[in-house]
Amino acid sequence: MKFPRLIFPAFAAGAMLLLAQQSTIDIGTITKGERPAIALPDLRGSGEAQAFMGAFNQTLWADINGAGIFKMIPKTSYPTFVPQQPSDFQPPVAPAPAPRGRPNQMTAAPSGGGRWMQDWATPPVSANYLAFGYTAVQNGVLVLRGWLYDLRNPASPQVIGKTYLGSVDENGSRKVAHEFAADIMALFGGQSLAGTHIYFNSDRTGHKEIWMMDYDGKNQRQLTHFNSTSIEPAVSPDGSKVAFTSYVHGNPGIFVFSVDPVRDLRFYNQSASVNSSPWFTPDGKQIVYSSSAGRCCRIFLSDLNGSGFRPISSLSSIDTEPKVNPKTGSDLVFSSGRSGPEQVYRMNMDGADLERLTDGTGEAANPAWHPDGQLIAFAWTRGFSAGAWNIFIMDVASHRVMTQLTHGEGRNEHPSWAPDGKHLVFSSTRGGRSQIYSMLADGHEVQQLTTVGHNERPVWGK
Amino acid sequence: MFDKRKLMALCMAASLAMFAAGCKKKTPPPPPPPPPAPTETRPEPAKPAAPTVAQFSAEPTTIQRGQSATIRWEVSGNVTSVSIDNAIGTVQNTGNRRVFPTDSTTYTLTASGPGGSTTASATITVTAPPPPPPPPTTKPAGTVEQRLNTEVQDVYFDYDKSDVGGEARDVLTRDAGAIKSILADFPNASIVVEGHCDERGSAEYNLGLGDRRANSAKEFLTQLGVPADRLKTISYGKERPQCTEATEACWQKNRRAHFSPGQ
Repeated sequence: MKFPRLIFPAFAAGAMLLLAQQSTIDIGTITKGERPAIALPDLRGSGEAQAFMGAFNQTLWADINGAGIFKMIPKTSYPTFVPQQPSDFQPPVAPAPAPRGRPNQMTAAPSGGGRWMQDWATPPVSANYLAFGYTAVQNGVLVLRGWLYDLRNPASPQVIGKTYLGSVDENGSRKVAHEFAADIMALFGGQSLAGTHIYFNSDRTGHKEIWMMDYDGKNQRQLTHFNSTSIEPAVSPDGSKVAFTSYVHGNPGIFVFSVDPVRDLRFYNQSASVNSSPWFTPDGKQIVYSSSAGRCCRIFLSDLNGSGFRPISSLSSIDTEPKVNPKTGSDLVFSSGRSGPEQVYRMNMDGADLERLTDGTGEAANPAWHPDGQLIAFAWTRGFSAGAWNIFIMDVASHRVMTQLTHGEGRNEHPSWAPDGKHLVFSSTRGGRSQIYSMLADGHEVQQLTTVGHNERPVWGK
Repeated sequence: MFDKRKLMALCMAASLAMFAAGCKKKTPPPPPPPPPAPTETRPEPAKPAAPTVAQFSAEPTTIQRGQSATIRWEVSGNVTSVSIDNAIGTVQNTGNRRVFPTDSTTYTLTASGPGGSTTASATITVTAPPPPPPPPTTKPAGTVEQRLNTEVQDVYFDYDKSDVGGEARDVLTRDAGAIKSILADFPNASIVVEGHCDERGSAEYNLGLGDRRANSAKEFLTQLGVPADRLKTISYGKERPQCTEATEACWQKNRRAHFSPGQ
């Protein structure tokens, strides 16, 4: 029959169009087929340094892999000899001529077992780049010597050849690994996440407190010790302050703390039964928050210490989760029940030009600006029952929902963008309890960052 | 009036007596003195009887202190005065009087007349009233928290709603009475109206929804006369669930306003 034959190509074309639409977010991740391939063998350390190489190699691999820039060649395909410095490489030897009188004998392809650059550039490894080096302790300092070779240019392969220094312990080994990875990624437009932090709340001590950790889940440390319920952290653009909501004084109120040292900077809470959901403006000088002053709840703007507060939104319904555009500082998104079920809205900083961004189906919440000030990630129940949240990305100007990042693996909420604009952190109940995960903004490379207690409401900042 | 017969009999008797006295010398005896005037014993004029007390009674005969009784009397016969003691004084022959004796009292009525006096008495027994029940102890039965737990019920809301409807109105109306009583017994106490939500909405939004629920319940109570300055509100959003199952039954239990003691 003629019809099915016509229909099928139309379907296929349509499907491809849909798929193409799904991945046309310009977040800088390169599709897998086009990524340069990198070989990243484990480095070894001499003497005292060897004890810390497990942490070092795990960090280096995770950073490079997580950047979403390279195709990682599995270590199982590597040759047995791993060079540690440029002088370890030997020029390839020409194959011996076939012995006379044995025309049928097959000779094995010549191989340097890893000593030749082509060992790494040809099958089974087939890498474009090779990172190698070693560590040692010198004068009480951990020294990393690291190189990146472009295997397609064997005459002049070195792209990076650098020395990194750290303390002689696991922290030091992770530090130098982070720095080496950062240099590798920077060559390909990747921004290192090393030095960035995730702020969240955790109940592992028996009470919900504000915690922070490195972007890879390491160095988890408790910031508040209120033995109360402390939630909803936000971090200042320079990473020096954290704001949050706490019940420690009775009713929920806002606190602003410096991070280092951890100190209460004394935010003035206006008289209200609830002040909550604080967020910093991009210049770090003001706070937006939600308050029940008058009637629950409106968005307010105030100085960093809480003085000079004034409402931005009008009295109508529950307005909360204000997030100021990090690029322009002149508008904000927030969630509101003003049209019934919770939805995501946008308005100018003076309250003008209010518009609903989400289409009204299901419930939408947790809007989070991309660093470029054009996209938001948010949580939405569309397609699922009430309370079954998933994470989506929307273009604010067009209101177009570009992609769905999670698909019912537990409840997925509270997305927050990494400073590199390529990663997100979020909380998920996919493993039972609520835990914090990171992923690429195309939904891949999901990594679990927390394991102890219930952990939720992460925010990625400096 | 002289009785003629009697007179004749007397004359005859006198004559006989003279004759019999002797017929001696007939000196003409001195004429007999005229017979003494006959002393007539006039009958005592029917001496009048003393008054009759036909009735002298009290009704009722036993009263409690503070109550009254009525004494009634009726005196007949030849009466000139009737009086009753115990400060009642002179009264008419017939009558009644309401009295308020504070202790058991015997009333004596004295009726006087030409024939004498008659007395009668009536006794009213006054009993002390039963003692009142002991005054309510100022120490109430239970702490504020205990009384809230037993006397004041949680009130429930629909999904994403904070209005007090239907059954919730009945519950809150009953709660208002109990709350007023608790606040009266504990003049320094305040009560906290807590607002809670089920797990499904986002945490930030639920902090606001819980606040709306707490205020909605508080407004209803103050309209029924609960003093507003004795009620505080707090929202716990979905931070303090009663239960954690993902079922409608559990979700409904969490969509509530709850009452707890203020600090």
